[in-house]
Amino acid sequence: MIYLELFLAFLKIGSVAFGGAYGAIPLIQEVVLSHSWVDPETFIYFIAVSETTPGPIMVNLATYVGHQQGGFLGAVLATVGVVLPSFIIILLVTAVFRGFLKNKNIQAILKGLKPAIIGIIIATGAFIIFDNMMSGALVLHSAIDWHGAIILGILTLAIVLHRKIFKKSPSPILLIVISACLGMAFC
Amino acid sequence: MKNKNIMLSLLLTFMKVGFFTFGGGYAMIALIDSECVEKKKWITSDEMMDVTAVAESTPGPIAINAATYVGYKQAGFWGSLIATFGIVFPAFLIMYIVSMFLGHFMEIPLIASAFKGIKVAVGILILSAGIKMLKRMWKKMKKQGKKLPLVFAVCGFAAMLIIDIFALEFSPFYLILIAGALGFLSFRKGGVPKNQGGDTQ
Repeated sequence: MIYLELFLAFLKIGSVAFGGAYGAIPLIQEVVLSHSWVDPETFIYFIAVSETTPGPIMVNLATYVGHQQGGFLGAVLATVGVVLPSFIIILLVTAVFRGFLKNKNIQAILKGLKPAIIGIIIATGAFIIFDNMMSGALVLHSAIDWHGAIILGILTLAIVLHRKIFKKSPSPILLIVISACLGMAFC
Repeated sequence: MKNKNIMLSLLLTFMKVGFFTFGGGYAMIALIDSECVEKKKWITSDEMMDVTAVAESTPGPIAINAATYVGYKQAGFWGSLIATFGIVFPAFLIMYIVSMFLGHFMEIPLIASAFKGIKVAVGILILSAGIKMLKRMWKKMKKQGKKLPLVFAVCGFAAMLIIDIFALEFSPFYLILIAGALGFLSFRKGGVPKNQGGDTQ
């Protein structure tokens, strides 16, 4: 039953997605790929679309996957699934267990969890860039794809220049628009 | 239910935040801060810092955690429900419309080649979000003089990279659970347990 599957899958994501949207991306990726709801290429595209639309990225992804798989009801159930754990947990923490997060054991768990997630996020980003520069399906058995490498070079240069001139990093939307143009120009 | 004005105000404020923040997470926290602390004075600036800390320590989208908290503080359970609905609804609506039109987008050749570029940008965005978090962690670590968190970060990084490169069927869910369990074992006593934890994955 697709509706129940969507709801439970996104409930699971919402329950362990510490560290916001970027921490959730590896989790969502694993869930949608293992259910074959989305292929790996399209998933990256989903992320780009979520970055360019307003709202929490996790909600965007849930709505998108839910709608693709189960229409309106699918979209609603996936979205409710991803939001529900944080809603319930915040209510419990603020209303019932005020000291809960200060508990030593909980703090100890979080102290291990948070840095590990930062590592996982960095690995996920690095792998997407690396994977894009390889031409085969299996990373270890493929040659370098120069299109990806050239785009990475130009994009990095653009970010550095933007920082020098405007004293801040380009917005995600600007970065995605530039990269799309580079893709059309080089590939 | 409390008076209708507060409810409506909560709904509209969080819908506004939901509609006008791109990029999620901390961009939304900044807008929630200016709306709820500076303009509406629903919560104090100290409380906002607490909310951010709590949001970071609980799973789920950070902005939603903040909305639930502010809603509850203002008008109890129904307030939290309305604030959460307000912040989720715009994202839901827009994504729903977008996904109706995007189904066959990837079949257009020009879009497919644009995608090749977009993939690089997505990688950079994720990477830089991670590095930003790492920098924040680094500052905190320096203040406390502890090195163990770095070991956890490096192990998380290595484990995830190995899973990706060798296309292993090992869910990152388990990685997170293992990290939590190891954290429990090595940080529980509150002291500095130098010889345990971190060398396993």
